[in-house]
Amino acid sequence: MKNHVQWESSLFELIRRTSVDLPCDIEQGLRRACKTEKKSSRARWILEALLENVQKARDNDAPLCQDTGSLIFYFQVPVGFDTNALASATRLAVARATRLGYLRQNTIDSVSGSACATNVAYGAPTFYFEQCARGTVDVRLLMKGGGCENVGKQYSLPAESLGAGRDLEGVRRCVLDAVVSAQGNGCAPGILGVCIGGDRATGYECSKSQFLRKLDDKSPVKILARLEDRLLKESKVLEIGPMGLGGNTALLGLKIGSMSRVPASFFVTVSYMCWAFRRRGAVLTVRGGFKKWLY
Amino acid sequence: MALLKPRRLEYPFTPEQVGSLRAGQFVLVSGLVYTARDRIHKYFFDGGKSPVDLKNAALYHCGPVVIRKDSDWVVRAAGPTTSIREEPYLPRIIKDHGVRVIIGKGSMGKVTEGACKAGGCVYLHAVGGAAQVLAEKVVSVKGLYFGEEFGLAEAMWVLELKDFPAIVAIDSKGHNLLRRVKSASLRMGRKLMKSSDPFIP
Ligand code: SF4
Repeated sequence: MKNHVQWESSLFELIRRTSVDLPCDIEQGLRRACKTEKKSSRARWILEALLENVQKARDNDAPLCQDTGSLIFYFQVPVGFDTNALASATRLAVARATRLGYLRQNTIDSVSGSACATNVAYGAPTFYFEQCARGTVDVRLLMKGGGCENVGKQYSLPAESLGAGRDLEGVRRCVLDAVVSAQGNGCAPGILGVCIGGDRATGYECSKSQFLRKLDDKSPVKILARLEDRLLKESKVLEIGPMGLGGNTALLGLKIGSMSRVPASFFVTVSYMCWAFRRRGAVLTVRGGFKKWLY
Repeated sequence: MALLKPRRLEYPFTPEQVGSLRAGQFVLVSGLVYTARDRIHKYFFDGGKSPVDLKNAALYHCGPVVIRKDSDWVVRAAGPTTSIREEPYLPRIIKDHGVRVIIGKGSMGKVTEGACKAGGCVYLHAVGGAAQVLAEKVVSVKGLYFGEEFGLAEAMWVLELKDFPAIVAIDSKGHNLLRRVKSASLRMGRKLMKSSDPFIP
């Protein structure tokens, strides 16, 4: 690829910004939530601390949370574009962001237990490439924390213990169960990404890709939009609240997608992303130049 | 619950100070705390000696990001890490060393409740992920132990705090706010599932 330097520098800027600057839709979500909690309540106080943290991270140009998570890149490229070169430029950018402290050394060899100095290893970062009929490269980045990753859940329907059958009411029950079992342990308030269908692997992929949606959008599928709405309302009456210390803001948002499935399987997969919702994206030229931010 | 007036806690954390705290209260912690993660807990649990006197001290579940600036250490990020991993070790450490305050995040179970009750100890919940806000509450780094053996993230850092905010999650009577919230949400969850209003397309 030509312009390797240009690519690396645009991708580095994307990583830097993702790490230190919470997207505007999420910050507004926190602000709205803050207003709904009682004055001088624990919930309100925690949300205020989170908002202060958002401002400080931006001002100090320092990571929002010390767990800078796992990095997931979603690329949409023109047909025939050299994605190998794009991946290697991205790896360079990740290594530099680690060197400069925008990313913690957060990649562990699962067999030896040793930490990797650059955050570039097998499976780190993760890439998705899609070819599109367009003349630009769209890149989106999620930095997914470990604490919230640990509270994700996958259900196989029917799930007797929940009385959950193979229908949308069954899906609703799974999601309610996931919210209750997560409590505040994924650093609530979080955002849920849900996938109906798929297999065990694609279910999680699809549930995570829901995090690319803006907080205030609605599913284009009417019935799913209704389910999103209802579950978000129901999450409030569980009184889990920020950090699981009580209040009505357990979730800032809830996004549901669906995939086809085989007749024998019916999975419902729930991913949880913490309040430190690090998601940014940019439109780049085919030479790696910056055009505009997507979020 | 009136929260407006936070309780101030200052090192050394006396049994009286700590004993009067109640689950749900909001506290501001000042003075020395010692960071401890998995390696340190395991080491103490196995009978390892502490290089400092932990009587009436606080253990903070945190792997801070600390950088060297000239001859000083500067804390860049200092949020809590998930505490439940240390739960099996806590009763013994609290008993052997007289630790009086645990600071961390996330749900803790019966084992910690029992250990708090037996040892007159409290579990304080810090604000998860608020790395920048909390780093500002660290006024200085007073020392470093086990840096070579366990690595800097797993080491025991001696931090001096000023008005570090937290919420009493388990008090020295064993009352557990997180458990209370969880039980109520479980009940409500079951109620929502039983409701005569299933989701129908
Ligand atoms: S869950 Fe999110 S906010 Fe909490 S520690 Fe992990 S990355 Fe940070």
